[in-house]
Amino acid sequence: MWEFILERAGYWAIIGLMMIGLFIAFSSENLIKRLVGLSLFMTTICLFYVTLGKVTGGTAPVLLKEDMPYGDTGHAAAAPDAQLVAAGGERVAELVHTYSNPLPHVLMLTAIVVGVATLSVGLALIVRIREAYGSIEADDLRAIDIETAIAQEAEDEKDQHEAAA
Amino acid sequence: MILESLLVSAPDWAIRHAPVMIPVVPLIMAPVLALSPSGRLSWFLAMVATAASFYFALLTLGIVQSTPGGIIEYWIGNWYLIGIEFRVDALNAMILLLISGIGFLASIFAWPTIVAEVQKQKMSLFLSAFLLCFAGLCGVAATGDAFNLFVFLEISSLSTYVLVAMGASRDRRALTAAFDYLIMGTLGASFYIVGVGFLYAATGTLNMAELAAQLPALSGNRSVQVGFAFIIVGLGLKAAMWPLHQWLPNAYGYSPSFVTMFLAATATKVALYAMIRWLFTIFNPEYPFEQAIFTFILAPLGIAAMVVCSFQAVFQTDVRRMLAYSSVAQVGYMILGISIATTAGVSAGLLHLFNHALMKGALFMAIAGICINYKGTTIRDFAGLGRSAPFTMAAFAIAGLSLIGVPLTAGFISKLQLGYALFEHGWWWAVLLVVFSSFLAVFYVGRILQSVFFLPPANPRKSRKEAPLLLLVPLWILALANIYFGIDASFPAGLARDGAVAAIGLEAFQ
Repeated sequence: MWEFILERAGYWAIIGLMMIGLFIAFSSENLIKRLVGLSLFMTTICLFYVTLGKVTGGTAPVLLKEDMPYGDTGHAAAAPDAQLVAAGGERVAELVHTYSNPLPHVLMLTAIVVGVATLSVGLALIVRIREAYGSIEADDLRAIDIETAIAQEAEDEKDQHEAAA
Repeated sequence: MILESLLVSAPDWAIRHAPVMIPVVPLIMAPVLALSPSGRLSWFLAMVATAASFYFALLTLGIVQSTPGGIIEYWIGNWYLIGIEFRVDALNAMILLLISGIGFLASIFAWPTIVAEVQKQKMSLFLSAFLLCFAGLCGVAATGDAFNLFVFLEISSLSTYVLVAMGASRDRRALTAAFDYLIMGTLGASFYIVGVGFLYAATGTLNMAELAAQLPALSGNRSVQVGFAFIIVGLGLKAAMWPLHQWLPNAYGYSPSFVTMFLAATATKVALYAMIRWLFTIFNPEYPFEQAIFTFILAPLGIAAMVVCSFQAVFQTDVRRMLAYSSVAQVGYMILGISIATTAGVSAGLLHLFNHALMKGALFMAIAGICINYKGTTIRDFAGLGRSAPFTMAAFAIAGLSLIGVPLTAGFISKLQLGYALFEHGWWWAVLLVVFSSFLAVFYVGRILQSVFFLPPANPRKSRKEAPLLLLVPLWILALANIYFGIDASFPAGLARDGAVAAIGLEAFQ
C-alpha cells in the first residue's frame, strides 16, 4: 500500500498542486490571485509532462559519446536508434546509456510559451480593468457594474418620459 | 463544377500545399499587418489573406472530393511519421470551407465597423489580431496532430481575448468579460493538454491517425479513459457546452460588433469540430465508456442547453446577449445530434453547425450595421428600425426566421434532419423538446422583430440611415444563402453527410 503511494510521489505532488491552482483560480476574488492560480495550474501541467518523460535510470536526453559509434555526424535527423539498426532492419547494438524521453520536454517548451503569453495578456487586462474601474476585486467590479446598470436604466426611463411629454 | 474548374486552373504548388496554406497565409500576414502604418492598407491585406485562405480551402475541398480515399495527408517538412501532420478529410474540408468563407465575408465588412468602433492608431493591430485568430481556427481544423491542435487553439484563443477586450472603448464591461473568458478558456485548453498527456503516456504517439489505430487495444485502460474525460471537458469549455458556457454571453455581448459576428459564426464551431474528431475518429463510439457518455452526459447536456438557454434568451433585454444565449442553445442542438452517434445524427449536427454559422453570421452582421449608425443594442433601441434601415433589417428578419426554423429557410432543413435522426434512434421525446425549444425561439426572435417592424421609433429624431454598402453586400450574401440552402440543401447536406461518414468511418455507414 505505502509502496504503491510512495512510488508515485511525483504524481501525488502534481495532483495536489493542480488542485491548489484550480481552487485559487476559481475561489479568489482578487484578479491577480486568480491569474496566479491559473499559472500554477499550467506550470503543474509542465511538471506532469516532464514526469511522463522520465525513464527510470535515464539520463538527460543529450546523446553521449559511447552511443555514437560512427562519430558525431552533426545530423540531428540521424537519430541514435537509426545508427544502431542495420540495413535489414535488425538491431545490431543497443544504446549504452538510457535516456529520458525528450519529446514531452519539447512539447512543454511550447506550453511554457503559451503560458507566458496567457499570463501577459491577463496582466495587461488587469491593468486596463484597474484603470477603468479603480479596483481589481471581482466583488467590487460586480457591484460597480450593477450600480452603473441601474443608473443607466433610470436615465433611459427619464429620457422616455421626456420623449413622451 | 466550380471546384473542378478551380482544380484544373490551379498551379501545381497550390494543389500540393493547399491544406497547409490555409492557416499559413494569414499567419504570415498577421505580423505584416501589425507593422503596417495605415488602417486602410491593413484592411486590404487582411482581405487578401482571408481570400487566399478561402481559395485554398476550396481547392482542398476539391482535392478531397476527387481523391479516392478522401484523405489528404501532408507531412510538414516531409518529416514522415516524426513531424506534424496536416490531415484533411471530408469533415475538416467542410469546416475549413466554412471558417475561411465566413472569415472572408467578415474581413470585407470589417472596415466600416472598425472605423466606427476602434481607435485609429489601433486599427492595424486589431486586424492583425483578427488574422491570428482566423489562422488559429483554420489550423485547429486542418491539423492531424493532437498537440498541434492545442497550439493552434491557443493562438486563436489568445487573440480572441484581445479582440473581446477591444470592446472596452464602448463598454468597459468588455474588460471583465475578456478576463473571465481568459480564465475559462485557458482552463479548457489546459484540461485538453492534460488529457493529451494521458493518451501520450498510454500510446506514445500524438498523431491522431496513429492514436486511432492504437486505442482499440487499450480501450479498458484507465489512463485512456481519464484522458478522454479531460479532453471532452476541455473542448466542451471551448465549445460552450451547457454548464460550461458562462463566459460566452458576456464575451459576445460586450466585444466589438465585428468580433461578435466572427466569433459567433466560427469559434465554437471549431471546438465542436475538434470534439467530433475526438469522439468519432480517434475514440470509437463502440467503447463502452463512450456509449455511456453519449447517453448519460452529452444528450442530457444538449437538451438542457436547448431548453434552459432558450428560456434565458427570452428574458434578455440586450439583442446581442439574447442572440448569445441562443447560440448556446444552438450548440445544444448540435451536441444532441452528435450524441445520437449515428451517421444521420452526426450529419444533422454538422448541417446545423453549417447553417447556424450562416444565420448567426447574418444576424450579428446586421447588428453591426445598426451599431455604426445608431447607439445602443437593447430591444428598445431597435424599435422602428425596420423603417429607418429597411435593407439591413430585412436581412436580419430572414436570418431570424432561419434561426426559428421557418420552412424555406436553412434552419428548417437542419432541424428537420435532426428530428428524423432522433426518430430513427427512437428518441421521440427529444423531438418534442426540439420543437418546444423552437417555440421559445419564436418568442425571443419575435420580440426583436416586433420591436423592429411594428413599434414606432423610441427616438423620433432617428433619421433614415442604411448601413454602408460594404456591409450590406456580405450581409445579403449570407441572408440569401439562408434562403437558398433552405430550398436546395443538396450542397451543405452533401458536405455534412460526407463529413459524418468521414468522422464515423465507413463501417458504421453501411
